[in-house]
Amino acid sequence: MTGYLGDVAALARKDLRLELRARDTLPAMLLFVLATLVVFHFALPQDAGDRAAYGLLWVALVFTSLLGLARAWVPEQEAGALDGLVLAPTDRSAIWLGKTVAALAFLGAAELVALPAFTLFFAPLDASALAGVLLASVGICAVGSLVSAMAAASRGREVLLPLVFLPLAIPIVVGGVGASISDEPGKFLGFLGLYDVVFAILSWAAFEYVVTE
Amino acid sequence: MGDAVLVRATGVERSFGPRRVLRDVSFELVRGGALVVTGPNGSGKTTLLRLLVGLATPTRGTLDVALDRARLGFVGHEPLLYRELTALENLDLFGRLYRVPERRERIGMLLERFGLWEARTERVLAFSRGMTQRLALCRALLHGPELLVLDEPHSALDLDGAALLDQELESLAGTTTFVVATHEPARLDRLATGRLALGRP
Repeated sequence: MTGYLGDVAALARKDLRLELRARDTLPAMLLFVLATLVVFHFALPQDAGDRAAYGLLWVALVFTSLLGLARAWVPEQEAGALDGLVLAPTDRSAIWLGKTVAALAFLGAAELVALPAFTLFFAPLDASALAGVLLASVGICAVGSLVSAMAAASRGREVLLPLVFLPLAIPIVVGGVGASISDEPGKFLGFLGLYDVVFAILSWAAFEYVVTE
Repeated sequence: MGDAVLVRATGVERSFGPRRVLRDVSFELVRGGALVVTGPNGSGKTTLLRLLVGLATPTRGTLDVALDRARLGFVGHEPLLYRELTALENLDLFGRLYRVPERRERIGMLLERFGLWEARTERVLAFSRGMTQRLALCRALLHGPELLVLDEPHSALDLDGAALLDQELESLAGTTTFVVATHEPARLDRLATGRLALGRP
C-alpha cells in the first residue's frame, strides 16, 4: 500500500506495535471497562430494568475510551516524535487518521470484552445496539484523537481532554442509548452516522492547525 | 528570491508571550552554503532553527525557505524518534513517510555508516544518548535532504561519533546546504561559508 492510505496504515501499525510492546493502554482499558460494569452490576437496583442498564453501558464505553485517548499521543511527546511526523512530507491529516484507526482498534478490543460482559451481567444486545456501538466508536475515536492531540499540546492536558471531549460525546451517548432502547433505532443510527461523517471531516480538516503554528 | 538564495531571513523576531527570544535576525544563505550559528544559552539558536524548518513561525519579520519540507532534514535537541521502537523500525517508518527509494538498502547503509547496525533491533530507549544522537542523524539524512538543519549535532557524541559526523558533513559539503547551531564553531571551520552570532535579546 502506498500514498496517503499507505502512510495511514504505517502510522496505525506503529501505534499497534507500540502498544503490543509497552502495554500501556489496552490492559488498563480492559480492566477499567470490566471493573466499571461489575460496579454498575452491584450499584443498579434489581428492579431498575434493562433500560437503565443500557445507559450505564454507554457511560462505561465513553469513559473507557477517554482512558485510552488520554494516552494516545504520549509516544509522540516522549522524544519529540510528533515534530518528526509534522516535518515529514505526508499530509498531516494522515497522522490524525492513523491515530484514529489505532484508537478504534483499542476501543474495539475493549468492546469485545465489554459487550459479552454486559450481556452476562445485565441484558442481551440486539443488532441495532451493536450497530450503535460500532458507529459510536468511530465518532468517539475521530473526535477523541483530535481533542487528545489538542490536550497533549497544552499544559493542563489531564483536565482539558475530558472538559472538551465529554460535551462533544453527548450526542454519541444520546444516539447510542437511543439505538439500544428505542422502538425506532434507525433514526438514532442515522444520527450517529451523520455525527461520524460531520465530525470526521471536521477533525480531518482541523488537525493540521492543531499540530502546526 | 534569487535561484542561488535558499534561505532569506529579514528582521525575524520571535516572542513567547512577553518574552522575546529572537530580535531582528537577518541573513541570507545560498544553495550549497553552510551557516554556523553561535551564541550563549538562551540566545535563540534552537528557536531560529525551529523557525527555519517550519516547526514555529516568526512573531515579526519574514523567513523564506525556498524548499518544501520533503527536502529538509532536521536534528533538534530531541531525537524526534519513538523510544519504544527499534532503530530499524524508526527509520523504516520515517523512510516510508519520506518515500525514500530503495528504503531498506538506504537504511542499512546509514546504520552501518553510523555504527548502529549491530544495535538495529534494539529499542531506542535502551540506547545511550550518543547512540540516540547517531540515530537522529540517520533519520535526518535518510531522504537525502537539500537543507540540513542541525542543532548542536556534536552534543552527546563520543570522539569517534563526532569525527564521523564531521566526515559526513564534509562529504555532503557543496551539494547540501547547512544551518548548524553549535558551541564548537571551530569544528565547522572548513565547512562554514557564513556565521551568525546571536546575543541574548
